[in-house]
Amino acid sequence: MIAAISNSGFGRAFSTPLGVIAGGFLILLVVVALFAPWITPFDIALQDLDNRNTAPAWPHLMGTDEFGRDVLSRVIYGARTSLSVSATAIGISVTVGMILGAAAGYFGGMFERAVMTVVDLTWSFPDILIALIFVAILGPGLTSTMFAIAIAYLAQFTRLTRAQIVRLKQETFVEATINLGASPIHIVFRHLLPNALAPVIVVAMLAIGDGIVLEATLGFFGLGAQPPTPSWGAMMSSGTAQLFIAPWVIILPGVAIAITVIAVNLFGDELVRALDIRDRLRGS
Amino acid sequence: MMLRVDNLGVSIGSVRPLSGVSFNLGKGETVGIVGESGSGKSLTAMSVMGLLPLINGEITSGSINFDGTELTALSEAEYRLLRGGRIGLITQNPMTSLDPLKKIGPQIDVVARLHLGLGKRAARERTVELLGDLRISDPASIYHLYPHQMSGGMKQRIVIAMALAADPDLLIADEPTTALDVTVQAQIIRLLMDLVTDRNLSLLLITHDMSVVAQTCDKVVVMYAGTVVERGTVEAIFDSPHHPYTQALIGCIPRGLVGEMRLQGIDGTVPSVVHYPDGCRFHPRCSRAEDICATIVPELVETQNAAACHFANEET
Repeated sequence: MIAAISNSGFGRAFSTPLGVIAGGFLILLVVVALFAPWITPFDIALQDLDNRNTAPAWPHLMGTDEFGRDVLSRVIYGARTSLSVSATAIGISVTVGMILGAAAGYFGGMFERAVMTVVDLTWSFPDILIALIFVAILGPGLTSTMFAIAIAYLAQFTRLTRAQIVRLKQETFVEATINLGASPIHIVFRHLLPNALAPVIVVAMLAIGDGIVLEATLGFFGLGAQPPTPSWGAMMSSGTAQLFIAPWVIILPGVAIAITVIAVNLFGDELVRALDIRDRLRGS
Repeated sequence: MMLRVDNLGVSIGSVRPLSGVSFNLGKGETVGIVGESGSGKSLTAMSVMGLLPLINGEITSGSINFDGTELTALSEAEYRLLRGGRIGLITQNPMTSLDPLKKIGPQIDVVARLHLGLGKRAARERTVELLGDLRISDPASIYHLYPHQMSGGMKQRIVIAMALAADPDLLIADEPTTALDVTVQAQIIRLLMDLVTDRNLSLLLITHDMSVVAQTCDKVVVMYAGTVVERGTVEAIFDSPHHPYTQALIGCIPRGLVGEMRLQGIDGTVPSVVHYPDGCRFHPRCSRAEDICATIVPELVETQNAAACHFANEET
């Protein structure tokens, strides 16, 4: 079964129409976010007070907001903020979680119990509360948002990695490797972690979706991205005031969030299928 | 003497699965350890390899001497140099003994690189040569296969190659043929025998198959319920087994013509390690047990073979 998980796993996620649509959209979104400065039709900070709250029409395809700024340009830059913050935070979470989980699973005993207790403790707090703690310490901004997302998902990755390592440790090939004189470091990094990677990749994919929502939530409350940094959540927040005058200002960033998160989740489901790991995810 | 195990006792938690295990293995010799499942064969191999901490076990008495080095006093770091370096181990299950994510060639390379300090290219050439020695055709392309692309017999050869990669002096084969087809079993056994001669290896062969022992071994150690019940040269054991358990094991080898043949077994099962019977551990299943067997533990009596039975000296 594990033998089937080769490097081609990602490729196989694109083998269904759903995978192609969801994966294609995400790739497009990443490209748009990367090349935002060259793609956006208007300067995101440019205020055009003569054209405030104009409805979607040429040249403002998504209309303008209360300061006459181009909504499309800001949505494109918002993708940049959302994706980079969420992906960076989840990257930190995955790295730290895998190290903690692998160490806990491999060494066991008191060390394992100590690590898992602390990690479970972080899991018992609501995400928003964790974010508030960081905002209180570091002040509102993207750094606090990143830390909040990283801590919120740390427990998942630690637990998942630990469960994988505990299972893999029993495998004959690990014992065979010990018999050949391998050191614990060699076993953990060359044999255990590569074999534990597939489910972690999938959960990371899904967590990026949740991270985007959390970033938007914090932005909406004014605890995340600070003006003038464009963020989908913050845009929606500022749009609440003009909800009945210029509904596109709140609706369109909301749609962007919804489509992105749906695409991430659908692609994550396709990855689960492609990597054939449904049972292993349930096991943790 | 390549390996001398003397009065080895092992405990795991509160149970004592091995006690008083002694045998010698000379340079270039092949010694077979036979016994049913649960007799302590594999545990003996694990003790020699220093793997007991993996199952929370520890050596409580006796000594294991490998070519002049006392193994029971070795640190984990010193043991690591020995494992795969001077002692190679072939495990029971070739199907799961290879990392599924890695090509088999590099998996063999790493052993020579670790223990012999070879560079990447030298290790690779050595591996290809070794695969050829193991009668694998087209070793250069086999090198690039993943484990799931190979048959069971092929995987067992790869596992043997890994055990031999650093040119060990002692090879321990723990049921090397159990998971294989009968035809492949014969090939692997022949291969092992040739390797022993060609490379002047000492081989500790752990098996429950008496017919394999008869074909390959110089000496036999028969184990039952964590103790050695009889040991001797393969001729002596098969010609005149003194312990009733050995006799019964030999009686279990299928022989005769198809149709006339009836498979023999030994009634009962190996006792649980949690409560071994008092006295001779075999007495509840023994056909000639008497009162003395239930109370007094028989010593290994030196006859032509050494047998741990109160009646070992009597003519049968």
